[in-house]
Amino acid sequence: MSETLPQARADAAQDGDTLVVRLGGDWRITGRHPSWAETIARHPAQPVALKADGLGTWDSSLALFLHAARIWGQKQAVPVSFEGFPAEASRLADLLSAKPDPSCKPGGLPDLFTALGGATFKLWAETKDLAQLVGECVYSVARFFRGHAQFRWRDALTEMQQCGAMALPIVGLISFLVGIIMAYQGAVQLRQFGADIYVADMVGLAVVREMGPMMAAIVLAGRTGAAFAATLGNMKANEEIDALETLGVSPVDFLVMPRIAALFFMMPLLALYANCLGILGGLVISHGILDIPASLYWAETKSIIDLSDLGTGLIKAASFGLLIGVSGCLRGLQAERSAAGVGQAATAAVVTGILLIIVSDSIYAVIFNILGW
Amino acid sequence: MNTPPANSADFPAIELDGVTCSYGDRVVLEKVSFAVKRAEILFIIGGSGCGKSTLLRHMIGLKQPTQGTVRYFGRDFTHATAAQRQELLRTFGVLYQSGALWSAMTLRENVALPLELLTDLDRRERDEIVALKLAQVGLAGYEDYFPSELSGGMKKRAGLARALALDPAIVFFDEPSAGLDPITSLKLDELVRQIRDTLGTTIVIVSHELASIFDLADRVVMLDRDVKGVLAEGDPRALRDHSTEVRVREFLNRREEPVQRQSAKVTT
Repeated sequence: MSETLPQARADAAQDGDTLVVRLGGDWRITGRHPSWAETIARHPAQPVALKADGLGTWDSSLALFLHAARIWGQKQAVPVSFEGFPAEASRLADLLSAKPDPSCKPGGLPDLFTALGGATFKLWAETKDLAQLVGECVYSVARFFRGHAQFRWRDALTEMQQCGAMALPIVGLISFLVGIIMAYQGAVQLRQFGADIYVADMVGLAVVREMGPMMAAIVLAGRTGAAFAATLGNMKANEEIDALETLGVSPVDFLVMPRIAALFFMMPLLALYANCLGILGGLVISHGILDIPASLYWAETKSIIDLSDLGTGLIKAASFGLLIGVSGCLRGLQAERSAAGVGQAATAAVVTGILLIIVSDSIYAVIFNILGW
Repeated sequence: MNTPPANSADFPAIELDGVTCSYGDRVVLEKVSFAVKRAEILFIIGGSGCGKSTLLRHMIGLKQPTQGTVRYFGRDFTHATAAQRQELLRTFGVLYQSGALWSAMTLRENVALPLELLTDLDRRERDEIVALKLAQVGLAGYEDYFPSELSGGMKKRAGLARALALDPAIVFFDEPSAGLDPITSLKLDELVRQIRDTLGTTIVIVSHELASIFDLADRVVMLDRDVKGVLAEGDPRALRDHSTEVRVREFLNRREEPVQRQSAKVTT
């Protein structure tokens, strides 16, 4: 299978006041071939005659060589002549000298002010997109209650299954482990003061008010938010969304609302489930390490958690669901029509989703504190 | 001109010998045999679903024939070892129907990638080759554009620049005119002819674009779903006017011949 082709060569020899460069062998871009710089390196600037004496087969590598010789001649202001070369090779070398299309975009990085201006315009455009999507969702809800929305419950139920039931294992596992971690960390500290039983209070309150809804939301931002963005981005790339619009079907009614509704209804249920598993994780550690009886742990947990704690957690969970749904759908609808665009949309959906969850959680902390809940 | 493997002067550029293409148990094409001469422009034509694209996928190694052999310059591609296969893969380039450009890369990166992976060229030389290839397809100066910023015709030309990056001896085209307006399609045809004339490249085109077939083809191979193989082979004009097969005449004349079919039925 190995090939033995005549090696490409360029032999330079002095002939009076002219340097004669004879090219021979087979010139292949995938093989070894001489460069003009190497060939001319040890010779002073002088008239050059290139001759294709023993030239065999050739490709773009020969055009590169001829082009480099031509450029060198122009720079050194010496004549370079070509003899016996195929006309097509010269034509290819001419193409290398062709000026770029004037309509082409300028290269290079933008300066600081241009970059700052570009980033500001981008942020403004994204804010408008978000406001527009939220506005369209509000209109869609109004259409739904008037019975005019093109909303399909079948799609919403499928999404509920996907983002709710299918997420139970991962949400359960993470919540259980978070309960274990919190109980273990708390136990080490509280045991020093003989306050072992307060592990139940700490885990119970933290899980129900904060960690349960938060962990469920973060899992769903990564799992469901990214899936929404990838699905809608792919649909946009395949012109499926355009097809809906030309049918007169609102993509917000048909694609966005079932997804947001699914998350809005499923998130509180998942948060309740996460609360149970988190408390169970704390119970396992308390019983195993602190020797607190399970019944005592449960009684202590019940005594510290009231309906306002549960309610705040569930309110947060429902709003986290809305935020994940909006960010996933928004990024999907904003995606560029390409494979890379879909990937970027999925990443952006997760980042935006988690950012919005954390920001809204801190706002809720202030509001609930003011309200005394 | 560009360089097929050594010691291959007596062999055709491509040779299919009894190639059978199947998807699972379903045989799409059976015992297909034909050869493509060097520097020839061959069209693989046929009605929808006759297996044109399937045959192309088997020829370029994306699918393995269940029987038969594909040879490039006399060398067995179907049963080649991994190393031999790598070497033979460099003898051909493919322009896919959509252009198949890598969307996360600029045109420069798209065209330079095969050069970066498969040659010893330094960056400056790679950039020069990229500029040459883009100039060859009429996209000089578009190096920093992303595929999403190009029109359909430009994407195809950029895909062709990438297919030509390693100066392959053979270039395959899958439906090059699909989705293009007649003028853009005509320009692409001219480009194909220019590539063949410049570098002596062998061209294989899967298409049913009649204008391109009559304008460009040295020869056509027509596949048929009923015979699961080659129905006719030859010069497109000769086949259009003199083929004994009704389906071939109908296809190339773009009209049905109902009278003959009815009379044939009556006589039987």
